[in-house]
Amino acid sequence: LSIRPVLSDPEKQRGRSAAVAIAALVIAAGIPLWWKTTETYRAWLPAARISELEALQLELRVEVEVVFARGTLSPEQQKKVPASRITYESCCKSKSLCLVEADHALHTLTETSCGSVVIYIIPEASALLPQDMRVYVGRSRTALLRSQVASVVGAGLPEVLAALDPQMEQVLQTMSFNHQDVTAALTDRLRPGLSTRDSLADSMRAFKSSPGYEITFSLLNPDPKHHQLHWDVEAALDAYIYPLLHKMAPVANFSVDSQILYYAVLGVNPRYDASASAYTLSADSLAHVINPVEARLGSNAASSNPVLNFLLYVPDSLHSPLIIRNDQKQEVASNAFHSPRWGGIMVYNVDGAYGNDTQFPVDIAIDMSRVMGVFLSQLRLMLGFQQTGAPPGFVLEAAGREGVAEWELDRLLWSRSVENVATASASITSLAQLLDQIANIVINDNIAQQVASAVTALQAAVAELEAGNLALALEHSREAISASERAFFDPSLLHLLYFPDDQKFAIYIPLFLPMCVPILLSLLKIFREVQQHRAEKRAKRD
Amino acid sequence: GWKRGSSFLPGIDVTDTKLSTSAFLLLHQARAERFFRSDHTNNWAVLVCTSRFWFNYRHVANTLSVYRSVKRLGIPDSHIVLMLADDMACNHRNPKPATVFSHKNMELNVYGDDVEVDYRGYEVTVENFLRVLTGRLPPSTPRSKRLLSDDHSNILIYLTGHGGNGFLKFQDSEEISNVELADAFEQMWQKRRYNELLFIIDTCQGASMYERFYSPNLMALASSQVGEDSLSHQPDLAIGVHLMDRYTFYLLEFLEDIHPASQANMNDLFKVCPKSQCVSTPGHRTDLFQRDPGSVLITDFFGSVRKVEITMETINLTPHTETALAYVDQLPVAQIIHQKPKQKDWHPPDGFILGLWTLILLVFFRTYGIKHLKHIF
Repeated sequence: LSIRPVLSDPEKQRGRSAAVAIAALVIAAGIPLWWKTTETYRAWLPAARISELEALQLELRVEVEVVFARGTLSPEQQKKVPASRITYESCCKSKSLCLVEADHALHTLTETSCGSVVIYIIPEASALLPQDMRVYVGRSRTALLRSQVASVVGAGLPEVLAALDPQMEQVLQTMSFNHQDVTAALTDRLRPGLSTRDSLADSMRAFKSSPGYEITFSLLNPDPKHHQLHWDVEAALDAYIYPLLHKMAPVANFSVDSQILYYAVLGVNPRYDASASAYTLSADSLAHVINPVEARLGSNAASSNPVLNFLLYVPDSLHSPLIIRNDQKQEVASNAFHSPRWGGIMVYNVDGAYGNDTQFPVDIAIDMSRVMGVFLSQLRLMLGFQQTGAPPGFVLEAAGREGVAEWELDRLLWSRSVENVATASASITSLAQLLDQIANIVINDNIAQQVASAVTALQAAVAELEAGNLALALEHSREAISASERAFFDPSLLHLLYFPDDQKFAIYIPLFLPMCVPILLSLLKIFREVQQHRAEKRAKRD
Repeated sequence: GWKRGSSFLPGIDVTDTKLSTSAFLLLHQARAERFFRSDHTNNWAVLVCTSRFWFNYRHVANTLSVYRSVKRLGIPDSHIVLMLADDMACNHRNPKPATVFSHKNMELNVYGDDVEVDYRGYEVTVENFLRVLTGRLPPSTPRSKRLLSDDHSNILIYLTGHGGNGFLKFQDSEEISNVELADAFEQMWQKRRYNELLFIIDTCQGASMYERFYSPNLMALASSQVGEDSLSHQPDLAIGVHLMDRYTFYLLEFLEDIHPASQANMNDLFKVCPKSQCVSTPGHRTDLFQRDPGSVLITDFFGSVRKVEITMETINLTPHTETALAYVDQLPVAQIIHQKPKQKDWHPPDGFILGLWTLILLVFFRTYGIKHLKHIF
């Protein structure tokens, strides 16, 4: 016999309305409140523009100015070409000087902007170039091309230019960029196997594009008792290295320092070779030299920029002279070697500076021009200036004292711009994908702002590349890459919020189930009573 | 103007490249081939011990023995991120302070003289570990605490501690799941922060941690399968705890035979610690790795063999004639900086204070009577 409490009708009605009111409150106010308070803040990202970046197509445009010298065009062709009077005359004593002077004089005539090329067409019979050479590429952005176009008789200007096409293309591939350069700049984003061996070696050797680099010059003196070394590194840097670094200022910031390490030894024992009466280091053992030394080199703790190390090693008196032998057991002229993405080491022998009976320690002044010549060429390789492989019939003027020719710098700027654009767009698209996939990562306002500015800079860089303004394109691409790196590597984007579904249930069930079950049951009860009431009413009517 | 067009593909397709790269690498000719045998130019190592408390001595010894091998084979401290969750060498319960032994009877002290621990004690957290891997560190983090790898770096990651099916316990209070680890590696791949990655884990049910990897160029080794426990090796009765885990003990023995010019490859590493020695079954995973494990040298990950090229080209520089620097004729310093003569503080003449006190005493005794004078003399 169960006793059920009998409720009067008004009480029942009050009970029912209370239950409905609570349920309404929970649904109308509680659920939205819970949703809002457990929501993560996500600032708006320009998703449409980012998805455009995925299908980006780069167009690179080079401005070429073609100047015909007298004697290359027939008179009727000459009439069709806009003419300007440029005369150059000089009498020069030797052939090679002639070329350099001519190049210098021509360079002062036209103002070339970054990325553009001027090609001077000179007659076939001209004595300016040696007999077997067809093209001469100077230190600035000019090239002299020997061509016979007057033979195309009766042709108009378009035909003349078309006849020159293959030769000009070859010149541009040497001076600006070619297919290998562009694929090398994009190696990360392409399927492996597309790039050739040489370009792969070049891309492994040179440092990736970075906002700054640190260069350290170290003098290693393992024998201070016998050798007292003096190197005037500051003056040498001013004279030889800083001009190159100033020219590269649009590419990256450089910070240079130097140090002297005493009692630093190479990790490898050199072998004595009686035939050369010198100690030798074979090419195989060079790979093991760097590691023991690197532990003592140190680096600037404050920056995360890549470090280039250039070491000058003066062998101790017991192991002098020390020469490096290559694979074919021949002596290496520079007595130096380098490691990709690390730097270079040069061995400087001083045994010739003193005899057996001098009083130790001996004061030795190091010939910095010889040392810096080696370091400069190694530095060029590390920074991305490829080893010059001139096509047949080409003469490429060596950069000499300035360190780098302007067209070489242009080449580097082209590949760097492409690399920056590729890396920045890949970062942005991968970041957008990541933020999309993980629904509960917080996106702060500063990240959204960085992303937006990166996208804007990228689009500007692509537009400038299409228009042919290399300097502006590089600037925009640098902005784009620094903004995208800052956005991608922002410390607040750490995803520690991986919740497997069973953990989510385990958290929410003890909270909400005790509260929701009575509400649901009372709603069900009300619903059933209403249905019963309606059924009774229908029965009464019938 | 002259136009050149170019387009690029942002993704990388893993499946169909396997054939072309292995054909690409099969040519063996001159020394230049060694340059292309592997794609890496530098090596990094991230070694993590995740457990604290004295009885987990063996996990610290595990990590330190791998650290020691890696240093011996050439990777410098600047390229190693060492994370130890507790300090065993200077623990109050260590009967031999400043040492961490890996073999009983104190045969080998893996702590050595020049350990450089980058993350110590409570700094070893899941968050810091993931920050190191993905590179999302605050700007104030010093260089030694960062993983500054690039697209041609080979990275070795070694984890040890207590783990379970799909997770690894950090500091007895939090855990990292295999999904998070796989996502972290994918983020590293997206930014090309590694060329190839070797992942070694020595915990219970370690194989579960590499189940979820999906990024290319990953090779993984674990000390035990899912459902198995990794066991410790031998206790030392003088120290009172187990010194090493079995898998890492035999791994250390294997690595002690490796020197920088060694040609041992990964297949030898897979054979380390068979079931008869380890009791658990070590496992490995190579399906995401593009090269054949038989062609991967141990020193590709544990050592740091540099690629070297002879410098053929030099630039002829004319010696720089130093222009004689002309200094301005300067005045001597004393004339530039006029100093006021230093003011001596005024002191009362000597003896003045003594006389003053004598006067005060005499007045006192005069007033109160001479009989108090005997208290002074």
